[in-house]
Amino acid sequence: MPVNSLDDPFNENSDLSHGAGCSCKSCHSKDVGMVENLPSSDEDIVNRFVETSIVKSIFNGNDMQRRNFIKTVGAGTFRAALLSIIPLGALQACVNDTKKKVENGGATNAAASKLEKTTLNIGFVPITCATPIIMSKPLGFYEKYGLDVNVIKTAGWAVARDKSLNKEYDASHMLTPMPLAMTMGAGSTSANYIMPAVENINGQAICLHNKHKNKRDPKMWKGFKFGVPFEYSMHNFLLRYYVAEFGLDPDKDIQIRVVPPPEMVANLKAGNLDGYLSPDPFNQRAVYEGVGFLHMLTKEIWEGHPCCAFACSEAFAKKHPNTYAALFSAIIDATNYSSKHENRSTISEAIAPKNYLNQPASVIKQVLTGKYADGLGNVLNEPNRIGFDPFPWHSMGVWILTQMKRWGYVKKDIDYKKIAEQVYLAAECGAKMKALGYDAPSTTYKKHIIMGKEFDPNHPEDYVNSFAIKA
Amino acid sequence: MTMTDTRKSILLSIGLLFLFVFIGELVTGDGSRHKKNLTEYETLMGLGEKQAHVPGPIEVAKLAVKELRHPFYDNGPNDKGIGTQLFFSILRVMAGYLLSVIIAVPLGFLIGMSPVFYKALQPYIQILKPISPLAWMPLALFVIKDSILSSVFVIFICSIWPMLINTAFGVMSVKSDFLNVGKTLEMNNVKMAFTIILPAALPTIFTGLRISMGISWLVIVAAEMLVGGTGIGYYVWNEWNNLDLASVVFSILMIGIVGMALDAMIAYISKYFDYQE
Repeated sequence: MPVNSLDDPFNENSDLSHGAGCSCKSCHSKDVGMVENLPSSDEDIVNRFVETSIVKSIFNGNDMQRRNFIKTVGAGTFRAALLSIIPLGALQACVNDTKKKVENGGATNAAASKLEKTTLNIGFVPITCATPIIMSKPLGFYEKYGLDVNVIKTAGWAVARDKSLNKEYDASHMLTPMPLAMTMGAGSTSANYIMPAVENINGQAICLHNKHKNKRDPKMWKGFKFGVPFEYSMHNFLLRYYVAEFGLDPDKDIQIRVVPPPEMVANLKAGNLDGYLSPDPFNQRAVYEGVGFLHMLTKEIWEGHPCCAFACSEAFAKKHPNTYAALFSAIIDATNYSSKHENRSTISEAIAPKNYLNQPASVIKQVLTGKYADGLGNVLNEPNRIGFDPFPWHSMGVWILTQMKRWGYVKKDIDYKKIAEQVYLAAECGAKMKALGYDAPSTTYKKHIIMGKEFDPNHPEDYVNSFAIKA
Repeated sequence: MTMTDTRKSILLSIGLLFLFVFIGELVTGDGSRHKKNLTEYETLMGLGEKQAHVPGPIEVAKLAVKELRHPFYDNGPNDKGIGTQLFFSILRVMAGYLLSVIIAVPLGFLIGMSPVFYKALQPYIQILKPISPLAWMPLALFVIKDSILSSVFVIFICSIWPMLINTAFGVMSVKSDFLNVGKTLEMNNVKMAFTIILPAALPTIFTGLRISMGISWLVIVAAEMLVGGTGIGYYVWNEWNNLDLASVVFSILMIGIVGMALDAMIAYISKYFDYQE
């Protein structure tokens, strides 16, 4: 991509003559390093573009003339002189605002009329992970961006997947591994799905039946029956990882069953399950009903692990770009709102009714505020029990793919980074976060520590092979 | 004074109801844990709030009164009144059921008129008949790509077999005397089918229709529990989600009542087509 035309217009060494479709070497060859001083965020690109247009117009587009002039008078003098006659900052802000308004669909009715589709159906599974998607309805985040959204309760993830593939849902609450699996066609028909944002981090737990209070060492879990909400879930991968670290083969030594979250407590009570790694509020609900206790929170396995996601088909985003942008903004806004601890009590009350989670507010509050009873007689205070951070790290995607490979959900060789980058829209999410005024990371890969073991996203295959227990 | 048998049975029914309510109230609680001065841990454990429990008959009755007072309330797409939910379910059942009537009755008629055809199709019908609606659902969702049409299809595919078999059987077992009378009157096949075979086979056909209606109503609850959205099956699932067994018991009762009404409806219609030999 010719990016050189975005170089600093006040620099005598920069060359602004490269246009779209430029075929020169510096625009295409990977050997030539990218020019320095390139703007990184959307906003900076717009600012740079405004500057460049003005500077170019002064020299009638003659780039050699510009460079000679700057060489003579100096960049600082030129910039000062220009700023004294043209309100550059104001112009840039004005252009940026207009751009943002168009992207967001705007809060105003005039801007909302540009939305291709205003009535949307979004699916959710009734768990606290879906908090941003659900609470955007009662707390008005969708409305703010001109959208009329129906949030539709779904019985489980297989149904959420099928209803998404059927286009009954425009977008849906999913588990972070699902869009990856769907894009690869693992366990479903292949359809290109994108995941613009993560919903929550942490927020899951291993819950055991009360009769196992003395079996806190996973080595004693041989023969246990565990529930997970879906095969392609962080729950499944984290549980497998955890027991494998204690020497148990999850495919032979324990039994892992897929049980939809709402049915977990009833199954635990009936003794069909010895425990589960499931989304809340069903861990806390088991404690509240006096059926089980919390063995551990998943944040102790991997601090900051991703869990649920906001996902839609690539086709939807392409066909309705303005609606998609508005929805994306609403979700980012809502996720940011959910991440603040002072809002958690309000949210608990908003999502407890029958129309949403249909759970006692006191249970949801324990999950969201992190002050909870563990079922063993202790009141614990863990404010980061659940967190909300939309940024979909590519490295998280790569980790999930390594686990699919490890446990045989994917047999063939895969290009980990390529799939992760295709499905997890980290750069887009970062730009959107910045556009809405939130901090966003500047890289999309980082190393993760899972149970004390480092995961390097640059060597996924080595990582898979480093495990003694695998399928 | 002597009582008639009808009166005796009515009194017995009422007596059984009272006995049931009495025993029900004795063996169930209201879920409250009766603790006062709770510590923080006990509060978080929910000891001050009601626990999930099997409801007593009076609790269910109270809930029924409350729900039936506003049967069509609408608190958003995931929380609608019991009347609305039942309406959606009945609508789906009717769609699937009528579709299978339209196909099964004429088809069964043709099969019944040809013993060779009847025997040839028997193995397939016998294999397809016992398949559970839940087994059809994933296939239907995948192929039809619409959850509502899928549940209609599942009702169709599960309710068609009893109708088909009964219609064919009814047509086959029309007395040969009847047919011989037709032949002596030199009736053609079409006239014979409509004036002799159809009226003679109708009681058997209606038995099939009644069985199928019962099956349709069984199927819809299972199908809606699986795909969710609206309907009485979703209502049960949503309450189960919250371990609210009073609502679950209430909806079980409503499912029973509506099922009984649908059965009575077919039975009522069939009376008009019955004949005495």
